[in-house]
Amino acid sequence: MIKVEDLRKSYRARRRSSGPLQAALSLFKPDREVVEALRGVSFSIKPGEIVGYIGPNGAGKSTTVKIMCGILVPDSGSCLVRGLVPWKDRKAHVARIGAVFGQRSQLWWDVPVLDSFELLRDIYRVPAADYSRNLEELAEALGLASFLDMPARSLSLGQRMRCEMAASLLHGPDILFLDEPTIGLDAPSKLALRAFIERANRERGVTVVLTTHDVHDIEALAKRVILIGRGEILYDGSFDRLVAGASGSLEEAMAAVYGEHGLA
Amino acid sequence: MKAYLAYFRMRFMRGLAYRTAAWAGAATQFFWGFVLIMVLQSFAKAGGSPLDLPQIASYIWLQQAFLALIVVWFRDSELQSAIVAGDAAYELCRPADPYALWFSRLAAGRLAAACLRCGPILLVGFLLPKPYALSLPASAASAAYFGLSLALGLALIVAITMFSYILCVITLAPHTPFLLLAPIFEFASGMVIPLPFMPQAARRVLEALPFRLCVDLPLRIYSGSIPAAEAPRLIALQVLWIAILVALGRAALSRALRGARISGG
Repeated sequence: MIKVEDLRKSYRARRRSSGPLQAALSLFKPDREVVEALRGVSFSIKPGEIVGYIGPNGAGKSTTVKIMCGILVPDSGSCLVRGLVPWKDRKAHVARIGAVFGQRSQLWWDVPVLDSFELLRDIYRVPAADYSRNLEELAEALGLASFLDMPARSLSLGQRMRCEMAASLLHGPDILFLDEPTIGLDAPSKLALRAFIERANRERGVTVVLTTHDVHDIEALAKRVILIGRGEILYDGSFDRLVAGASGSLEEAMAAVYGEHGLA
Repeated sequence: MKAYLAYFRMRFMRGLAYRTAAWAGAATQFFWGFVLIMVLQSFAKAGGSPLDLPQIASYIWLQQAFLALIVVWFRDSELQSAIVAGDAAYELCRPADPYALWFSRLAAGRLAAACLRCGPILLVGFLLPKPYALSLPASAASAAYFGLSLALGLALIVAITMFSYILCVITLAPHTPFLLLAPIFEFASGMVIPLPFMPQAARRVLEALPFRLCVDLPLRIYSGSIPAAEAPRLIALQVLWIAILVALGRAALSRALRGARISGG
Protein backbone atom coordinates (compact mmCIF):
# COMPACT_ATOMS: atom_id res chain seq x y z
CA MET A 1 0.00 0.00 0.00
CA ILE A 2 2.84 2.38 0.88
CA LYS A 3 6.32 1.82 -0.47
CA VAL A 4 9.12 4.21 0.38
CA GLU A 5 12.61 3.70 -1.02
CA ASP A 6 15.81 5.57 -0.28
CA LEU A 7 14.03 8.82 0.45
CA ARG A 8 16.33 11.80 0.93
CA LYS A 9 15.53 15.37 1.80
CA SER A 10 17.75 18.18 3.00
CA TYR A 11 17.06 21.74 4.03
CA ARG A 12 19.34 24.70 4.11
CA ALA A 13 19.43 26.45 7.40
CA ARG A 14 21.17 29.64 8.42
CA ARG A 15 23.17 29.89 11.54
CA ARG A 16 25.35 32.42 13.29
CA SER A 17 26.79 32.99 16.72
CA SER A 18 25.11 35.45 19.01
CA GLY A 19 26.03 39.09 19.31
CA PRO A 20 25.79 42.23 17.17
CA LEU A 21 29.15 41.76 15.46
CA GLN A 22 28.19 38.31 14.24
CA ALA A 23 24.81 39.64 13.17
CA ALA A 24 26.49 42.33 11.09
CA LEU A 25 28.97 39.89 9.56
CA SER A 26 26.25 37.46 8.63
CA LEU A 27 24.64 40.17 6.51
CA PHE A 28 27.55 39.90 4.14
CA LYS A 29 28.56 36.31 4.56
CA PRO A 30 25.65 34.25 5.80
CA ASP A 31 26.75 30.92 7.15
CA ARG A 32 24.47 28.36 5.54
CA GLU A 33 24.33 24.82 6.63
CA VAL A 34 22.70 21.88 4.93
CA VAL A 35 20.55 19.90 7.32
CA GLU A 36 19.86 16.41 6.09
CA ALA A 37 16.41 15.61 7.37
CA LEU A 38 16.20 12.23 5.63
CA ARG A 39 19.22 10.20 4.55
CA GLY A 40 17.86 7.27 2.65
CA VAL A 41 14.68 6.11 4.35
CA SER A 42 13.03 2.90 3.11
CA PHE A 43 10.06 0.92 4.37
CA SER A 44 6.83 -0.51 3.16
CA ILE A 45 3.44 -0.70 4.82
CA LYS A 46 0.69 -3.21 4.08
CA PRO A 47 -3.05 -2.44 3.96
CA GLY A 48 -4.71 -2.48 7.36
CA GLU A 49 -1.52 -2.00 9.38
CA ILE A 50 -1.10 0.48 12.20
CA VAL A 51 2.49 1.61 12.17
CA GLY A 52 4.04 3.72 14.90
CA TYR A 53 6.63 6.02 13.38
CA ILE A 54 8.72 7.27 16.25
CA GLY A 55 11.91 9.11 16.96
CA PRO A 56 13.27 12.18 18.74
CA ASN A 57 12.46 15.75 17.71
CA GLY A 58 14.09 16.63 14.43
CA ALA A 59 14.60 12.99 13.44
CA GLY A 60 12.66 13.41 10.19
CA LYS A 61 9.29 11.98 11.18
CA SER A 62 7.17 14.89 10.03
CA THR A 63 9.23 15.30 6.89
CA THR A 64 8.51 11.69 5.92
CA VAL A 65 4.82 12.07 6.68
CA LYS A 66 4.60 15.29 4.69
CA ILE A 67 6.27 13.64 1.73
CA MET A 68 3.79 10.76 1.93
CA CYS A 69 0.97 13.34 2.05
CA GLY A 70 2.21 15.03 -1.11
CA ILE A 71 3.03 18.31 0.64
CA LEU A 72 6.81 18.12 0.43
CA VAL A 73 8.93 16.99 -2.49
CA PRO A 74 11.97 14.83 -1.62
CA ASP A 75 15.38 15.48 -3.14
CA SER A 76 15.66 11.90 -4.32
CA GLY A 77 14.23 8.47 -3.72
CA SER A 78 10.82 7.10 -4.48
CA CYS A 79 7.54 6.91 -2.67
CA LEU A 80 4.47 5.14 -3.92
CA VAL A 81 1.17 5.23 -2.10
CA ARG A 82 -1.40 2.95 -3.68
CA GLY A 83 0.64 3.12 -6.86
CA LEU A 84 0.63 6.94 -6.97
CA VAL A 85 3.57 9.28 -6.45
CA PRO A 86 2.17 11.71 -3.85
CA TRP A 87 3.75 14.93 -5.06
CA LYS A 88 3.19 14.18 -8.75
CA ASP A 89 -0.35 12.81 -8.69
CA ARG A 90 -1.16 15.09 -5.78
CA LYS A 91 -4.87 15.66 -6.37
CA ALA A 92 -5.75 12.02 -7.02
CA HIS A 93 -3.58 10.98 -4.10
CA VAL A 94 -4.85 13.36 -1.44
CA ALA A 95 -8.49 12.64 -2.32
CA ARG A 96 -8.01 9.19 -0.80
CA ILE A 97 -5.92 9.91 2.27
CA GLY A 98 -6.71 11.62 5.52
CA ALA A 99 -4.20 13.59 7.56
CA VAL A 100 -4.13 15.10 11.03
CA PHE A 101 -1.27 17.39 11.98
CA GLY A 102 -1.43 17.72 15.72
CA GLN A 103 0.00 21.22 15.89
CA ARG A 104 -2.11 22.63 13.07
CA SER A 105 -5.78 23.25 12.58
CA GLN A 106 -7.98 22.67 9.58
CA LEU A 107 -11.16 23.97 11.20
CA TRP A 108 -12.27 27.51 10.50
CA TRP A 109 -11.74 29.40 13.70
CA ASP A 110 -14.94 31.34 14.15
CA VAL A 111 -17.63 29.33 12.42
CA PRO A 112 -19.45 26.27 13.77
CA VAL A 113 -17.55 23.01 13.29
CA LEU A 114 -20.35 21.71 11.07
CA ASP A 115 -19.70 24.51 8.57
CA SER A 116 -16.07 23.47 8.32
CA PHE A 117 -17.20 19.89 7.79
CA GLU A 118 -19.59 20.91 5.03
CA LEU A 119 -16.84 22.85 3.30
CA LEU A 120 -14.71 19.70 3.36
CA ARG A 121 -17.66 17.73 2.00
CA ASP A 122 -17.80 20.10 -0.97
CA ILE A 123 -14.04 20.14 -1.51
CA TYR A 124 -13.80 16.34 -1.50
CA ARG A 125 -17.09 16.02 -3.41
CA VAL A 126 -18.48 13.53 -0.90
CA PRO A 127 -21.96 12.37 -1.99
CA ALA A 128 -24.66 13.59 0.39
CA ALA A 129 -25.65 10.10 1.56
CA ASP A 130 -22.03 9.09 2.28
CA TYR A 131 -21.45 12.36 4.08
CA SER A 132 -24.37 12.04 6.44
CA ARG A 133 -23.56 8.40 7.17
CA ASN A 134 -19.88 9.18 7.83
CA LEU A 135 -20.75 12.20 9.93
CA GLU A 136 -23.19 10.22 12.01
CA GLU A 137 -20.68 7.43 12.60
CA LEU A 138 -17.85 9.80 13.41
CA ALA A 139 -19.96 11.96 15.70
CA GLU A 140 -21.05 8.89 17.60
CA ALA A 141 -17.60 7.29 17.81
CA LEU A 142 -15.86 10.49 18.85
CA GLY A 143 -18.67 11.92 20.95
CA LEU A 144 -18.99 15.14 18.99
CA ALA A 145 -22.75 15.66 19.12
CA SER A 146 -22.76 18.23 21.90
CA PHE A 147 -20.38 20.71 20.25
CA LEU A 148 -20.74 20.33 16.48
CA ASP A 149 -22.69 23.58 16.36
CA MET A 150 -20.07 25.53 18.28
CA PRO A 151 -17.30 27.56 16.67
CA ALA A 152 -13.87 25.91 16.79
CA ARG A 153 -12.45 28.76 18.87
CA SER A 154 -14.68 27.95 21.82
CA LEU A 155 -13.76 24.26 21.97
CA SER A 156 -11.25 22.75 24.38
CA LEU A 157 -8.11 21.27 22.83
CA GLY A 158 -9.44 17.76 23.37
CA GLN A 159 -12.76 18.56 21.73
CA ARG A 160 -11.01 20.29 18.87
CA MET A 161 -8.65 17.38 18.19
CA ARG A 162 -11.59 15.01 18.08
CA CYS A 163 -13.18 17.31 15.49
CA GLU A 164 -9.90 17.45 13.55
CA MET A 165 -9.87 13.67 13.50
CA ALA A 166 -13.45 13.54 12.24
CA ALA A 167 -12.66 16.20 9.61
CA SER A 168 -9.90 14.00 8.23
CA LEU A 169 -12.18 11.01 7.84
CA LEU A 170 -15.33 12.59 6.39
CA HIS A 171 -14.39 11.57 2.86
CA GLY A 172 -13.78 7.97 3.90
CA PRO A 173 -10.05 7.64 3.19
CA ASP A 174 -8.41 4.25 3.59
CA ILE A 175 -5.08 5.64 4.74
CA LEU A 176 -4.72 7.96 7.69
CA PHE A 177 -1.56 9.90 8.50
CA LEU A 178 -1.51 11.10 12.06
CA ASP A 179 1.30 13.45 12.94
CA GLU A 180 1.34 13.81 16.72
CA PRO A 181 -2.44 13.71 17.09
CA THR A 182 -2.33 13.45 20.87
CA ILE A 183 0.09 16.28 21.54
CA GLY A 184 -0.99 18.34 24.52
CA LEU A 185 -4.15 16.35 25.20
CA ASP A 186 -5.40 15.31 28.63
CA ALA A 187 -5.72 11.63 29.54
CA PRO A 188 -9.44 11.13 28.75
CA SER A 189 -9.06 12.74 25.33
CA LYS A 190 -6.03 10.61 24.56
CA LEU A 191 -7.90 7.48 25.53
CA ALA A 192 -10.89 8.46 23.41
CA LEU A 193 -8.69 9.14 20.40
CA ARG A 194 -6.78 5.89 20.77
CA ALA A 195 -9.99 3.89 21.06
CA PHE A 196 -11.27 5.61 17.98
CA ILE A 197 -8.14 4.97 15.90
CA GLU A 198 -8.20 1.33 16.93
CA ARG A 199 -11.85 1.08 15.95
CA ALA A 200 -11.40 2.81 12.58
CA ASN A 201 -8.60 0.35 11.84
CA ARG A 202 -10.60 -2.68 12.92
CA GLU A 203 -13.98 -1.80 11.43
CA ARG A 204 -13.07 0.16 8.32
CA GLY A 205 -9.69 -1.41 7.69
CA VAL A 206 -8.02 2.01 7.65
CA THR A 207 -4.23 1.87 7.37
CA VAL A 208 -2.71 4.18 9.97
CA VAL A 209 0.71 5.81 10.11
CA LEU A 210 1.10 7.43 13.50
CA THR A 211 3.92 9.64 14.70
CA THR A 212 3.98 10.50 18.35
CA HIS A 213 6.15 11.17 21.34
CA ASP A 214 3.71 9.44 23.62
CA VAL A 215 4.93 5.89 24.22
CA HIS A 216 1.47 4.93 25.45
CA ASP A 217 -0.01 5.76 22.04
CA ILE A 218 2.38 3.25 20.52
CA GLU A 219 1.82 0.64 23.18
CA ALA A 220 -1.92 0.86 22.77
CA LEU A 221 -2.05 0.90 18.99
CA ALA A 222 0.98 -0.20 17.05
CA LYS A 223 2.01 -3.80 16.54
CA ARG A 224 4.78 -2.53 14.32
CA VAL A 225 7.12 0.37 14.99
CA ILE A 226 9.58 2.16 12.77
CA LEU A 227 12.21 4.00 14.75
CA ILE A 228 13.97 6.88 13.04
CA GLY A 229 16.93 8.92 14.24
CA ARG A 230 18.90 11.61 12.43
CA GLY A 231 17.18 10.82 9.17
CA GLU A 232 17.83 7.09 9.16
CA ILE A 233 15.73 4.08 10.05
CA LEU A 234 17.19 2.48 13.17
CA TYR A 235 14.63 -0.20 13.77
CA ASP A 236 11.70 -1.57 11.82
CA GLY A 237 9.82 -4.49 13.27
CA SER A 238 7.38 -5.68 15.84
CA PHE A 239 6.74 -3.70 18.95
CA ASP A 240 7.04 -6.81 21.10
CA ARG A 241 10.49 -7.67 19.81
CA LEU A 242 11.71 -4.11 20.36
CA VAL A 243 10.68 -4.04 24.00
CA ALA A 244 11.56 -7.68 24.74
CA GLY A 245 15.17 -6.85 25.54
CA ALA A 246 14.27 -3.86 27.71
CA SER A 247 11.99 -5.49 30.26
CA GLY A 248 8.91 -4.27 28.41
CA SER A 249 9.63 -0.55 28.53
CA LEU A 250 9.44 1.19 25.18
CA GLU A 251 11.31 4.22 26.46
CA GLU A 252 14.24 2.12 27.59
CA ALA A 253 14.18 0.11 24.39
CA MET A 254 14.31 3.33 22.35
CA ALA A 255 17.15 4.69 24.47
CA ALA A 256 19.08 1.43 23.92
CA VAL A 257 18.66 1.67 20.14
CA TYR A 258 19.75 5.32 20.12
CA GLY A 259 22.73 4.35 22.27
CA GLU A 260 23.79 1.69 19.78
CA HIS A 261 23.79 4.28 17.01
CA GLY A 262 25.58 6.90 19.04
CA LEU A 263 22.52 9.16 19.24
CA ALA A 264 21.92 9.02 22.95
CA MET B 1 -15.63 24.28 -9.41
CA LYS B 2 -18.02 23.43 -6.59
CA ALA B 3 -15.09 23.22 -4.20
CA TYR B 4 -13.97 26.75 -4.99
CA LEU B 5 -17.50 28.11 -4.77
CA ALA B 6 -17.92 26.47 -1.38
CA TYR B 7 -14.65 28.01 -0.26
CA PHE B 8 -15.77 31.38 -1.65
CA ARG B 9 -19.07 31.13 0.19
CA MET B 10 -17.36 30.25 3.47
CA ARG B 11 -15.05 33.23 3.32
CA PHE B 12 -17.85 35.51 2.15
CA MET B 13 -20.16 34.57 5.00
CA ARG B 14 -17.36 35.07 7.48
CA GLY B 15 -16.55 38.43 5.96
CA LEU B 16 -20.12 39.57 6.53
CA ALA B 17 -19.64 39.01 10.24
CA TYR B 18 -17.43 42.09 10.58
CA ARG B 19 -20.28 44.57 10.57
CA THR B 20 -19.04 47.00 13.20
CA ALA B 21 -15.65 47.31 11.53
CA ALA B 22 -17.40 47.96 8.25
CA TRP B 23 -19.58 50.72 9.69
CA ALA B 24 -16.59 52.39 11.26
CA GLY B 25 -14.71 52.03 7.97
CA ALA B 26 -17.57 53.50 6.01
CA ALA B 27 -17.68 56.52 8.32
CA THR B 28 -13.96 57.17 7.84
CA GLN B 29 -14.25 56.74 4.11
CA PHE B 30 -17.14 59.15 3.98
CA PHE B 31 -15.08 61.83 5.64
CA TRP B 32 -12.04 61.04 3.51
CA GLY B 33 -14.16 61.10 0.37
CA PHE B 34 -15.36 64.59 1.20
CA VAL B 35 -11.82 65.84 1.66
CA LEU B 36 -10.72 64.38 -1.66
CA ILE B 37 -13.69 65.80 -3.52
CA MET B 38 -13.12 69.30 -2.15
CA VAL B 39 -9.39 69.24 -2.93
CA LEU B 40 -9.87 67.95 -6.46
CA GLN B 41 -12.80 70.26 -7.17
CA SER B 42 -10.83 73.31 -6.10
CA PHE B 43 -8.09 72.23 -8.53
CA ALA B 44 -10.73 71.81 -11.18
CA LYS B 45 -12.15 75.28 -10.51
CA ALA B 46 -8.72 76.76 -11.26
CA GLY B 47 -9.42 75.77 -14.84
CA GLY B 48 -8.33 73.24 -17.41
CA SER B 49 -9.65 70.26 -15.46
CA PRO B 50 -9.88 66.99 -17.35
CA LEU B 51 -12.89 65.93 -15.25
CA ASP B 52 -15.88 68.18 -14.52
CA LEU B 53 -17.12 68.66 -10.95
CA PRO B 54 -19.86 65.96 -10.99
CA GLN B 55 -17.42 63.52 -12.59
CA ILE B 56 -14.95 64.15 -9.77
CA ALA B 57 -17.62 63.56 -7.12
CA SER B 58 -18.78 60.34 -8.79
CA TYR B 59 -15.20 59.10 -9.12
CA ILE B 60 -14.48 59.61 -5.44
CA TRP B 61 -17.77 58.23 -4.08
CA LEU B 62 -17.46 55.08 -6.17
CA GLN B 63 -13.84 54.77 -5.12
CA GLN B 64 -14.82 54.97 -1.46
CA ALA B 65 -17.90 52.73 -1.81
CA PHE B 66 -16.01 49.94 -3.57
CA LEU B 67 -12.72 50.50 -1.77
CA ALA B 68 -12.39 46.87 -0.70
CA LEU B 69 -12.68 45.70 -4.30
CA ILE B 70 -9.96 47.93 -5.68
CA VAL B 71 -7.30 48.83 -3.12
CA VAL B 72 -3.97 47.06 -3.05
CA TRP B 73 -3.59 47.13 0.73
CA PHE B 74 -6.66 45.05 1.59
CA ARG B 75 -5.16 41.92 3.14
CA ASP B 76 -6.39 38.55 4.37
CA SER B 77 -4.34 38.40 7.56
CA GLU B 78 -5.78 34.99 8.42
CA LEU B 79 -4.38 33.51 5.25
CA GLN B 80 -1.05 35.14 5.99
CA SER B 81 -0.89 33.68 9.47
CA ALA B 82 -1.99 30.28 8.16
CA ILE B 83 0.96 30.39 5.78
CA VAL B 84 3.40 31.48 8.46
CA ALA B 85 2.13 29.09 11.14
CA GLY B 86 1.89 26.14 8.76
CA ASP B 87 -1.87 25.57 8.94
CA ALA B 88 -1.76 26.05 5.19
CA ALA B 89 -0.26 22.54 5.07
CA TYR B 90 -3.80 21.27 5.28
CA GLU B 91 -4.74 23.18 2.17
CA LEU B 92 -2.06 21.32 0.24
CA CYS B 93 -3.68 18.11 1.42
CA ARG B 94 -6.89 18.85 -0.44
CA PRO B 95 -7.81 17.54 -3.86
CA ALA B 96 -7.94 21.10 -5.13
CA ASP B 97 -5.67 23.64 -6.71
CA PRO B 98 -4.13 25.84 -3.99
CA TYR B 99 -3.93 28.88 -6.27
CA ALA B 100 -7.62 28.62 -7.09
CA LEU B 101 -8.52 28.07 -3.43
CA TRP B 102 -6.63 31.16 -2.36
CA PHE B 103 -7.97 33.15 -5.28
CA SER B 104 -11.57 32.42 -4.34
CA ARG B 105 -10.79 33.13 -0.71
CA LEU B 106 -9.24 36.54 -1.41
CA ALA B 107 -11.98 37.54 -3.84
CA ALA B 108 -14.67 36.53 -1.35
CA GLY B 109 -13.07 38.50 1.47
CA ARG B 110 -12.97 41.63 -0.63
CA LEU B 111 -16.49 41.15 -1.91
CA ALA B 112 -17.88 40.69 1.59
CA ALA B 113 -16.16 43.84 2.84
CA ALA B 114 -17.40 45.80 -0.16
CA CYS B 115 -20.97 44.56 0.27
CA LEU B 116 -21.02 45.81 3.85
CA ARG B 117 -19.57 49.21 3.04
CA CYS B 118 -20.96 50.23 -0.33
CA GLY B 119 -24.64 50.58 0.68
CA PRO B 120 -24.44 53.54 3.07
CA ILE B 121 -21.81 55.38 1.03
CA LEU B 122 -23.74 55.04 -2.23
CA LEU B 123 -26.97 56.07 -0.54
CA VAL B 124 -25.54 59.22 1.04
CA GLY B 125 -23.59 59.94 -2.16
CA PHE B 126 -26.79 60.01 -4.20
CA LEU B 127 -28.60 62.20 -1.66
CA LEU B 128 -25.96 64.95 -1.46
CA PRO B 129 -26.48 68.36 -3.13
CA LYS B 130 -25.34 68.92 -6.69
CA PRO B 131 -21.63 69.28 -7.27
CA TYR B 132 -20.85 66.87 -4.41
CA ALA B 133 -23.34 64.20 -5.37
CA LEU B 134 -22.80 60.82 -6.97
CA SER B 135 -24.48 61.19 -10.39
CA LEU B 136 -26.21 58.46 -12.34
CA PRO B 137 -24.02 56.63 -14.88
CA ALA B 138 -23.42 58.42 -18.16
CA SER B 139 -25.52 55.90 -20.11
CA ALA B 140 -26.91 52.39 -19.85
CA ALA B 141 -23.87 51.14 -21.77
CA SER B 142 -21.55 52.94 -19.37
CA ALA B 143 -23.36 51.35 -16.42
CA ALA B 144 -23.00 47.86 -17.89
CA TYR B 145 -19.33 48.34 -18.75
CA PHE B 146 -18.77 49.79 -15.28
CA GLY B 147 -20.15 46.65 -13.63
CA LEU B 148 -18.12 44.37 -15.86
CA SER B 149 -14.87 46.28 -15.48
CA LEU B 150 -15.34 46.52 -11.69
CA ALA B 151 -15.76 42.73 -11.47
CA LEU B 152 -12.73 42.15 -13.69
CA GLY B 153 -10.86 44.76 -11.67
CA LEU B 154 -11.49 42.62 -8.58
CA ALA B 155 -10.05 39.57 -10.34
CA LEU B 156 -7.08 41.63 -11.45
CA ILE B 157 -6.32 43.08 -8.01
CA VAL B 158 -6.56 39.58 -6.51
CA ALA B 159 -4.14 38.29 -9.16
CA ILE B 160 -1.76 41.16 -8.35
CA THR B 161 -1.92 40.88 -4.57
CA MET B 162 -1.63 37.09 -4.75
CA PHE B 163 2.08 37.64 -5.30
CA SER B 164 2.37 39.00 -1.76
CA TYR B 165 1.03 35.70 -0.38
CA ILE B 166 3.36 33.75 -2.65
CA LEU B 167 6.27 35.81 -1.33
CA CYS B 168 5.02 35.04 2.14
CA VAL B 169 5.31 31.31 1.38
CA ILE B 170 8.98 31.85 0.60
CA THR B 171 9.96 34.38 3.26
CA LEU B 172 7.42 33.42 5.95
CA ALA B 173 7.26 37.13 6.69
CA PRO B 174 3.81 38.57 6.14
CA HIS B 175 5.26 42.07 5.81
CA THR B 176 6.95 41.34 2.54
CA PRO B 177 8.52 43.95 0.29
CA PHE B 178 5.08 43.97 -1.30
CA LEU B 179 3.93 46.17 1.53
CA LEU B 180 6.55 48.70 0.57
CA LEU B 181 5.43 48.56 -3.03
CA ALA B 182 1.74 48.78 -2.21
CA PRO B 183 1.64 52.61 -1.95
CA ILE B 184 3.38 52.89 -5.32
CA PHE B 185 0.91 50.48 -6.91
CA GLU B 186 -1.84 52.45 -5.18
CA PHE B 187 -0.65 55.68 -6.73
CA ALA B 188 -0.31 54.02 -10.13
CA SER B 189 -3.88 52.76 -9.98
CA GLY B 190 -5.43 56.21 -9.62
CA MET B 191 -6.43 55.71 -6.00
CA VAL B 192 -4.67 58.84 -4.74
CA ILE B 193 -5.04 61.21 -7.68
CA PRO B 194 -7.20 60.35 -10.69
CA LEU B 195 -4.91 59.67 -13.64
CA PRO B 196 -6.28 62.49 -15.85
CA PHE B 197 -4.88 65.02 -13.34
CA MET B 198 -1.36 63.75 -13.84
CA PRO B 199 1.18 65.15 -16.31
CA GLN B 200 1.21 63.66 -19.77
CA ALA B 201 4.51 61.76 -19.31
CA ALA B 202 3.37 60.13 -16.07
CA ARG B 203 0.07 59.16 -17.62
CA ARG B 204 1.79 57.42 -20.48
CA VAL B 205 3.77 55.25 -18.08
CA LEU B 206 0.88 54.52 -15.74
CA GLU B 207 -1.51 53.69 -18.54
CA ALA B 208 0.86 50.99 -19.72
CA LEU B 209 0.78 49.32 -16.28
CA PRO B 210 -2.05 47.03 -15.15
CA PHE B 211 -2.84 48.92 -11.93
CA ARG B 212 -4.99 51.62 -13.50
CA LEU B 213 -7.29 48.90 -14.88
CA CYS B 214 -8.45 48.17 -11.32
CA VAL B 215 -9.44 51.70 -10.28
CA ASP B 216 -9.11 54.32 -12.98
CA LEU B 217 -10.88 52.27 -15.63
CA PRO B 218 -14.16 51.28 -13.94
CA LEU B 219 -14.59 54.60 -12.11
CA ARG B 220 -14.12 56.68 -15.26
CA ILE B 221 -16.27 54.43 -17.42
CA TYR B 222 -19.13 55.12 -15.01
CA SER B 223 -19.07 58.88 -15.44
CA GLY B 224 -18.37 58.78 -19.16
CA SER B 225 -14.86 60.22 -18.76
CA ILE B 226 -13.83 57.10 -20.64
CA PRO B 227 -16.50 56.86 -23.37
CA ALA B 228 -18.51 53.65 -23.55
CA ALA B 229 -17.18 53.12 -27.08
CA GLU B 230 -13.63 52.85 -25.75
CA ALA B 231 -14.55 50.49 -22.90
CA PRO B 232 -14.50 47.13 -24.75
CA ARG B 233 -10.88 47.58 -25.80
CA LEU B 234 -9.75 48.38 -22.25
CA ILE B 235 -11.84 45.58 -20.77
CA ALA B 236 -10.14 43.17 -23.18
CA LEU B 237 -6.86 44.51 -21.83
CA GLN B 238 -8.05 43.69 -18.30
CA VAL B 239 -8.78 40.11 -19.36
CA LEU B 240 -5.35 39.86 -20.95
CA TRP B 241 -3.59 41.10 -17.79
CA ILE B 242 -5.61 38.73 -15.61
CA ALA B 243 -4.59 35.82 -17.85
CA ILE B 244 -0.92 36.81 -17.73
CA LEU B 245 -0.79 37.41 -13.96
CA VAL B 246 -2.76 34.28 -13.08
CA ALA B 247 -0.44 32.17 -15.24
CA LEU B 248 2.63 33.75 -13.63
CA GLY B 249 1.12 33.45 -10.16
CA ARG B 250 0.31 29.76 -10.57
CA ALA B 251 3.81 29.00 -11.76
CA ALA B 252 5.33 31.06 -8.95
CA LEU B 253 3.14 29.44 -6.29
CA SER B 254 3.91 25.90 -7.38
CA ARG B 255 7.62 26.73 -7.40
CA ALA B 256 7.36 28.34 -3.98
CA LEU B 257 5.53 25.35 -2.56
CA ARG B 258 8.08 22.93 -3.98
CA GLY B 259 10.81 24.72 -2.09
CA ALA B 260 8.67 25.24 0.98
CA ARG B 261 9.59 23.75 4.26
CA ILE B 262 7.01 23.37 6.89
CA SER B 263 8.98 23.67 10.04
CA GLY B 264 8.14 22.99 13.64
CA GLY B 265 6.84 19.47 13.89
